[in-house]
Amino acid sequence: MSTSTLQPPKKPTGYKPFHPRWYRPHVSVYWWLGEWHYLKFILREISSVFVAVFVVETLLLIHAVRQGPVAYEHYLHSMRNPAILLLNMVSLFFVVFHTITWFNLAPSAMPIRFGGRRVPDLLVASPSYVAWVAVSAVVAWLLLR
Amino acid sequence: MARKITLEIARYSPEQDEQPHYECFEVPVHKEWVVLDGLNHVKDNLDGSLTYRWSCRMGICGSCGMMVNGEPKLTCATFLSHYADHGASKIRVEPLRYFPVVRDLVTELSEFLNKLKRVKPWLIHDDEPPLSQGEFLQTPKQVDRYKQYSMCINCTLCYAACPVVGLDPVFVGPAALALAQRYNLDSRDQGAAERTALLAHPDGVWGCTFVGECTRVCPKHVDPAGAIQQYKIAAVMSWLRSFVMPRGQDAK
Repeated sequence: MSTSTLQPPKKPTGYKPFHPRWYRPHVSVYWWLGEWHYLKFILREISSVFVAVFVVETLLLIHAVRQGPVAYEHYLHSMRNPAILLLNMVSLFFVVFHTITWFNLAPSAMPIRFGGRRVPDLLVASPSYVAWVAVSAVVAWLLLR
Repeated sequence: MARKITLEIARYSPEQDEQPHYECFEVPVHKEWVVLDGLNHVKDNLDGSLTYRWSCRMGICGSCGMMVNGEPKLTCATFLSHYADHGASKIRVEPLRYFPVVRDLVTELSEFLNKLKRVKPWLIHDDEPPLSQGEFLQTPKQVDRYKQYSMCINCTLCYAACPVVGLDPVFVGPAALALAQRYNLDSRDQGAAERTALLAHPDGVWGCTFVGECTRVCPKHVDPAGAIQQYKIAAVMSWLRSFVMPRGQDAK
C-alpha cells in the first residue's frame, strides 16, 4: 500500500470535521425594496418627515398671522410657489397614509377588553376614523362658511 | 393523473458549498398534499440527502417552518394546490430567513433558544407556597388576559418575518418578547420586575419598530407585535409612575 492512500482526503477550505460551518445569510441594505409589506413600513416611517413639514408650515402660518397682514400675504404668496404646492401634495398623501396606517395599528397596541372579551379591532379603530371625519368637517365648516 | 409542480429547493452542504444553491424536483400535486408532503416525496423517491426538520404534521410542533415563495410558512399547513390553482408551476422552498443555515433547509436555533431563556418564560414566585395550599386558581377572565400569547409553538416564523432580527442580531425578537408578556400578564406570576431589565431595554421591546410582520405570519395568531407595543405602554406608564410616586410604586 502506498503512503499516499493513508493521507486523509482533501477537504474543501474552511470546513472542519465535527464543527458545523453554518451559512450566515447577508441582509442587503435594500432589504425593504423586495417586499411590499417592508416597503409599506418604510413609507410609514418616512411619512413622519412629511407630518413634520405640515407642522413647520402651520407654525410659519401662525408666526405670519402674528406679524400682521403684510407678513400673512407674503406667506400666502410663498405658498403658491409650484414647488411648495408639489411638496404639499406629496405631504398630504403621506399624512393620510400615516394617519390610516397608525389608526389601523392602534387596536394591536391598545387592545380593549369588555366583559372579559377582547373588543374587535374594527370597533377599536373606528372611533379614531369617526373623530378624524368629525374634526375635518368642523375645520371645513370654519373655512368654507 | 395527478398534476405536477416543481419544488425549487435551497441546498447547502457545509462540507462542499460556500453558499446555498437551488435544485429543482418535480412532485405530484394531490389535493391533500402540503409542501411538507412534497419534501417527503423528494426525500423518499428522488434525493435521500435532502435535509429538513419536521415532526407532527399538524401545526403543533413548530418544526417545519420554511420560506415558501419568500413567505415564512409552516410547510405542514401550506397546500401545494394553493399555488398550483393560482397558476404557479414552481414553488421556491428556502430555510427560514435571518437564521444561520446548518444544512439544506435546517436552521441553527441556539441563538433563538438563548434569547428565549433570557426572558425567564416560567412562573416566578417571591415566596413558594406549600403544596398543601393546593393549586393556583384562576378565573376565566384571568386566563383570557394571557391565553393568546401562550399559544406560541416556537416555530420562529416571526423571526424570519422581522427585519429588525436580520439587521440587529442582539434584538430579543418577537416570540421571546411575547412569551415574556404572557408570563407578565399571568395572575400567578410575580416576575415582571425581574424581566424588566431585559424587556425595557434597546435590545428588548424598544428594539421593535412595529413593522407588524411577526403578527401577520404567526400561524397561531399570537400577535407578538401587539404584546410588544402593550409592554412599551406598560413600561412608559411604570416610568411615569416612578416620578409621581418615587417611593412606594409597585414594581409590577
